[in-house]
Formats: sequence, structure tokens, C-alpha cells
Amino acid sequence: MSEAAAGTGAKARSAGSAAPAAAAALELRGLQKSYVRGKPVLRAIDLSIAGTGLTAIIGPSGTGKSTLIRCVNRLVEPSGGQVLLDGEDLTALRGRSLRLARRRIGMVFQEYNLVERLTVIENLLCGRLGHVGALRAWLRRFPPADIDRAFELLDAVGLADFAKTRADALSGGQRQRVGIARALMQQPRLLLADEPTSSLDPKTSVEVMELMRGLCAQRGIPVIVNMHDVELARRFAARIIGMSGGRVVFDGPATALTDEHLKQIYGGEGWLA
Amino acid sequence: MDGSRGVAENLTPGTAVRRESHASGQPGSAVRREWQRFTAGERLARFAVYFFVVAAFVLSLGTVEVIPEFLWDAPAQVQDLLVRMWPPDYAHYPASVHAALVETLHMATLGTVIAVLLAVPLGLLAASNVMPSRTVNTVAKLALVTSRSVNSLVWALLFIAVFGPGALAGTLAIAFRSIGFVGKLLGEALEEAHRGPVEALKASGAPWPSLLVFGYWPQVKPAFWALVLLRWDINVRESAVLGLVGAGGIGVALNTAMNLFQWDRVAVVLLAIFAVVIVAEVVVTWVRGRIL
Amino acid sequence: MNEALAGGGSSGKPVPGSRRAFEPDWLARLGWLAAILYVVYAASLLDFTWARFVTGLEQAARFFDRMFPPDFSRWEAVLKGLKESLEIAVLASVGGILLSLPIGFLAARNLMPAWVNWPARAVIALCRTFHPVIVAIIFVKAVGFGALAGILALVIASVGFIAKLFAEAIEEISLKQVEAVRATGASFMNVIAFGVLPQVAARFIGFSTYQFDSNVRNSTMVGIVGAGGIGAPLFVAFQRFDYDVVCAILIAIVAVVFLCEILSNQVKRVFGEAVQDGREPRRG
Repeated sequence: MSEAAAGTGAKARSAGSAAPAAAAALELRGLQKSYVRGKPVLRAIDLSIAGTGLTAIIGPSGTGKSTLIRCVNRLVEPSGGQVLLDGEDLTALRGRSLRLARRRIGMVFQEYNLVERLTVIENLLCGRLGHVGALRAWLRRFPPADIDRAFELLDAVGLADFAKTRADALSGGQRQRVGIARALMQQPRLLLADEPTSSLDPKTSVEVMELMRGLCAQRGIPVIVNMHDVELARRFAARIIGMSGGRVVFDGPATALTDEHLKQIYGGEGWLA
Repeated sequence: MDGSRGVAENLTPGTAVRRESHASGQPGSAVRREWQRFTAGERLARFAVYFFVVAAFVLSLGTVEVIPEFLWDAPAQVQDLLVRMWPPDYAHYPASVHAALVETLHMATLGTVIAVLLAVPLGLLAASNVMPSRTVNTVAKLALVTSRSVNSLVWALLFIAVFGPGALAGTLAIAFRSIGFVGKLLGEALEEAHRGPVEALKASGAPWPSLLVFGYWPQVKPAFWALVLLRWDINVRESAVLGLVGAGGIGVALNTAMNLFQWDRVAVVLLAIFAVVIVAEVVVTWVRGRIL
Repeated sequence: MNEALAGGGSSGKPVPGSRRAFEPDWLARLGWLAAILYVVYAASLLDFTWARFVTGLEQAARFFDRMFPPDFSRWEAVLKGLKESLEIAVLASVGGILLSLPIGFLAARNLMPAWVNWPARAVIALCRTFHPVIVAIIFVKAVGFGALAGILALVIASVGFIAKLFAEAIEEISLKQVEAVRATGASFMNVIAFGVLPQVAARFIGFSTYQFDSNVRNSTMVGIVGAGGIGAPLFVAFQRFDYDVVCAILIAIVAVVFLCEILSNQVKRVFGEAVQDGREPRRG
């Protein structure tokens, strides 16, 4: 996991892109975004994510963490710069090819974003919609392999008994487990998580983070997580990226994050106990 | 120390206020904070609406041609009507009302089915979050407005001119009047759907038909069935009057009885309509309870 | 490539394919089949045939040929009829809205005890039973030919629609907010004003404006049975096959309906903005 931290600032992709484990899975080059002209939310972000560790992005509200994550799978359209997934520039993609690229990126949301009126198993299979035609999905004719994997993932997140429960009957922690399982159904190359624990209580937060880190490490999937909770980030992330004012102001292993850095990221010091 | 700092921060939550005190160059000076529910523009707009409504009401009340004597006469007239209606001529029901009643139900149901088939695509095209093109939205909405602007009786008259009198004209009138209703409300339900699940599916690379099937449909399904049922309910009532202009159904029986001043037969027809409407209402409530 | 890793952790799992994700919903399939069979049956009953459709097209061509150009020569009568229709619609809407507010509240099952909501719901059901035109027939008999019968008929229709949907809207409100207001020690009326009304006000405005539009449309029709407005001249023209006059009147009606719809959309914009707030939270 320390490799991830060591890869800090490595901009150029190493030669031999055939081995994804060695190359950066995700690379951002000069990524910019402004919703209103002249008021950039992201100012030229350069990042590269390699290895299989968990990377946490911390920073004050409104500093562009969510925007950054959403620019990666282009739920938000970047204003400039490049997003490279395994060397392929996602910002250049349109239509079907964008869709195919999105299939390779899993995403977990703050508000879970489950389809509430569908059952848990159906929500999991939603992760395969990129691979299954709409008519087959409508008739619930998913490939048996997908259904098997869905049940395996349900076992893995500890919700095996809830397969046919409607998603709106679940608790917050259970919903987020479903959210993680749905993202993993995609068999993604990369997992994005947008404040996955902000709507959860502390204990559930830890469980969800543990689950996410464990499952992804097992499958060799690098994770990028937006977080509010610095302690949680320290506990689970190998690498921490601190953002402030649309810029990366800290990038290093979790152990290197000091109060000095936090002051720089969040400003002020009164809140530091 | 830390505690007092926190309190000081909490005392000035309104950023506007702080900015104002900076502008005046006196950072501690107390600025009076006012709270108003609406901005000046909003209040003006609201006032304009109130004024307009009152003006329209007063103007209408002043100029409408109502003969007050008729109002005084009303109780006596109603009494006379009831006397003539009682007892209803029940023997008339099996003779000519029943078949017309069944025809009315078929007109309402088939009309609703046709309307839904045509309204779903239009509703999808009219929802701005499903169909991002403003032009397409507008065209679809225009089609829906046209359907709604023409009363079902007028639709009936038009279809009678085309297909001749009868239940066919009535069914098509029901269908074409309902397209606008179903399409508009479906479009609105779609626009009210939560973006989150749809965003999640989009992030997983789902193609747009799958977004419809898994992102939107589960969310609008209850609203969709509710509004289809509501429209069917309305259509049962509407199809009962189309016969007044000759478009089939029980209205024909009503019209005939009224033209002949056979008020006891009118009573039977009205009772039949009443019964079928109540049954429709019960069916709708039952089905809604089952589906939602 | 991750396939191999995917199942890596779980050992001793059930045999693949042994668990079913979805139960086949036979009831739903049967329902769809029944629906299709019904449509075919009903269509045959109502004489939906291709031949009829083709002859209909010829008829339509002749019909449209006679409709154009529209004959506006009797525009004064048209204007007078339209004015009366609008008056009927405005008065009926105001009366209907004023009556619907209390009746709707009384009919809400989550706020009112059964002995209050049952009578209120019965009144609403009675108002909804008959189409406005049929109600107009009865009122024409009761208060004579003219606008009054139309107004009364549409008041009934308005109560049936607005009060019903209003009551349903109240039944759907979040009781958490009501509880919060009640917890502050607010009086019953204050609970209504701050806990209930804010949740349903925008929808009430929506129903009201919708019913106004609907009243405008129906006010042009009640004349068919003698209850005032433009309906009478329209129907007479139809019966005389004066399709060019019909066309002129229809154009006038559609224009008025459009105008009213634009107006009520403006009203909704002014009062209904609160609904849209918070629907799409901004991402930072």
C-alpha cells in the first residue's frame, strides 16, 4: 500500500502500459472546471493514482472534491485538462465510448442513490446495465453469471438475507453496502466514492469504510474517496490528498499529515482539539 | 478560549450582514437585520396576481347575465323535477339503458388504453430531464396542450363528422382528450424523479433505454398507474355525456329521454350513471391499494 | 481480468445458479394477456375496422375542405359568447376554490376524525359523480337557461376536483414537520399554517390553476345544454353543417384557452417556486 503513497507526484506514465498494476490507473492532467466563467472550482489538478490502495481526498466544503470525482467519470463535464484511465483520455469520449469507459469506473454516492423501489438484488444488477441491453434488463433476463456474482457480493457485504427486500426498507448502512456491491458488480478498474460515510453514524461509517477497503484490496481495485472526516481518512487511507480553493495543497501518505497541513487545508486552528 | 471563539462565530451566521458591516468600514457596528419572506419582485408579482384575480372576479360578477328571479324559483323547479322523476321507470333499464351503459364502459376503457399508448412517448419527449432538447420538449408540450385544449365534446363532434355518429367517434374523442392529460402529468412526474439513482446508473455506463427502465420507471411507476386510473375514472364520467352529441354510450339514452320529457326514464339513466361511477371509484381505489 | 479475483474471498458458497434473483410474476403476465385480449375484443365491439378508417379519411378530407376558410362574419356573437364563457369560468373557479379549501381539509384522513372526514368525502364524491354537462342539465332545469346554471355546474365540478386532490395532498404530507411544529407548542391553526400549508400550498395552487383551465374549457361546452357561453352557437353551427363557422368558433376557443393557460402558468410561477427549491442541490 505504501507504493501508492510513493507514487505521489509521478506524472509521466511508466513505459509498458500493458501491465496496469504497475502503471497509474488514473491520471489527471491539468484538470480544470468552472461552473461560472471566471470562477474556477478546480484549478489545474495534476494527480495520478496507482496501485490498489485507498486514496482519500479531504478539504473544506465547496472546495471542489465532489466536482473532481465527478469529472473523472464525466458526470460533471471538465472545462479543461485530461482524465486518463489506463492511458485512455476520457475527456475526448462521446456517446457510446463514454458509456463503455464509465463501465470501468464504479461509483459510490453520499446519498446511496439506490433505486428505492427495486429490490436489493435488482439494485446490484443495475451495476451490469452497461453490459445488458435494456429489453433484457426490463424482462429481468440477466446472464446467470451476473446473478451468481450478485449473490456472491451480497454474501460479501453481509446482506445475503436481504436479496428480495426493497431498497427503501434498508437502513443507511445497509443501503451503502448495497451501493458498494452495485459498484463492484461493474468489476471496475477504479472505484470512486463521493463522501460515502457522510450520511452514516460513526460506527457504521467505520464498518462501511472497512468493507470498501477490504473488498477493493481483495480485487485489486484502487479507490478514491472524498471525505469530511479527517480521522476516518487517516485510519483508512494509505494516501491523503488535501484540497483547498480548487488546488491540491497536500499529497502524501496518511502518516505525513500533520496539524500544520490541516491548518493549511481548512484554515484557522480553533477547531483543532 | 476555543469555546468563546465558537460562540462568536455562531453569532454572525448571515454572510450578507457581515459583508455589509465591512462595507461600512466599521467592522463591529451592529447592522439591523431584517427578515422578509419575499423579495420586492416576488411581492409585486404576488400583488399583481391578487389584483388580477379580484378584478376578474368583480368584473365577471358585474357583467354576467343572471336573472335573479330564476334563483328564487329554483327550489320549486327542483321539487317539480324530483316529482316528475319519481318513481324511476326501472323497466326502461333492461330495455335500452343496459347496453348503452356497457358501451360507455368500453368507450372509456379502450379510449384510455389508446391514450396511454400515444401519451407515453409524448410524455417522455416533454420531460426536460429525459429529453434534453428544448425544441423537442416544446413541440411535445404543444401537442399535449392541443389535445387538452379541445374539449372531449368537441373532439366527439369532430370525430362524428369524420366517422359518423356512434361509439367509435366517442372512443377516439376520449382517447384524444386524454393524451394531453396523461402525457402532461407523466412528463411532470418524470421531471420530479430523483436525479441520484439516474446519475448512479449513468455512472455505471448504462445506455439510455436502461436509464428509463431502471432509473426513471421504478420512480414514476406509482404516479403513472395512479394517473392512468384517475384518467380512466374521469373517462367513465366523460363518456357518459358524449352521447348528448351523438357519440355513443349512455348519453344517447339520456338525450332521448330528455327530449321526450320522460323524466322517470332520465332518472333511471342518471341512477345507472351514478352506479357505474361509484363502481369505477371503488375499482380504482381497490386497484390503487393493490398497486401502490 | 478481475473475474478471477471477484469470487476470491468467498469459500463454501452455494452452487452457482442455485439461487433465483426474481420470482416469475404470473399474475402480472396474466394481467397483460387479459388486457391485450380485452383491447381486441372491445375494438371489435366498437367496430374499429380498417375499412371504416379509410372511409373516415375521405370524410375527413371533405370535412376539412368545408371548414376552411373559417367564417368570422358573426364575430360579434362569438365574442359575446366567449365573454360569457370566461365570466362563467372565473366565477365558478373563485367559488369552487373557496369551497374546496375547507372541504379538502375536512376530508383529509390524517388530520380529521372519521366522523368529519366521511361526510366531507361523501360531498366530494357526490360532486365528482356527474360530468359538468350533466350537472348543467339539472341546473338548467332548476334555475333556467343561462349563465347561472353554467356557473353552478362548474362550481360543483371544481369542488369535486380541487377538494379531492387537496385532501390527498394533505394525506401525503410528512408528519415529521407537523410534529416539529406541534412540539413548539403551536395552536391547531398554527400547526395548519406552519406545518401543513407550506407542504401543500404549491400543490393547491397547482390544482386550482389546473381547474381554472379546465373550467374555461368546460364553460365553452355547457352551452350545448343551454347553460350559457359559446357552446350554444358552436353546437348550432355544427348541426347546420356550417363547418366554416364551427372552425372560426373553435379557433377563438383555442386562443382563449391558450391565453388562460399562459396566465395560470404565470400564477404557478409566482406562487409555486418553493416546490422547485432543493430539488437539485448544487454540488460543490
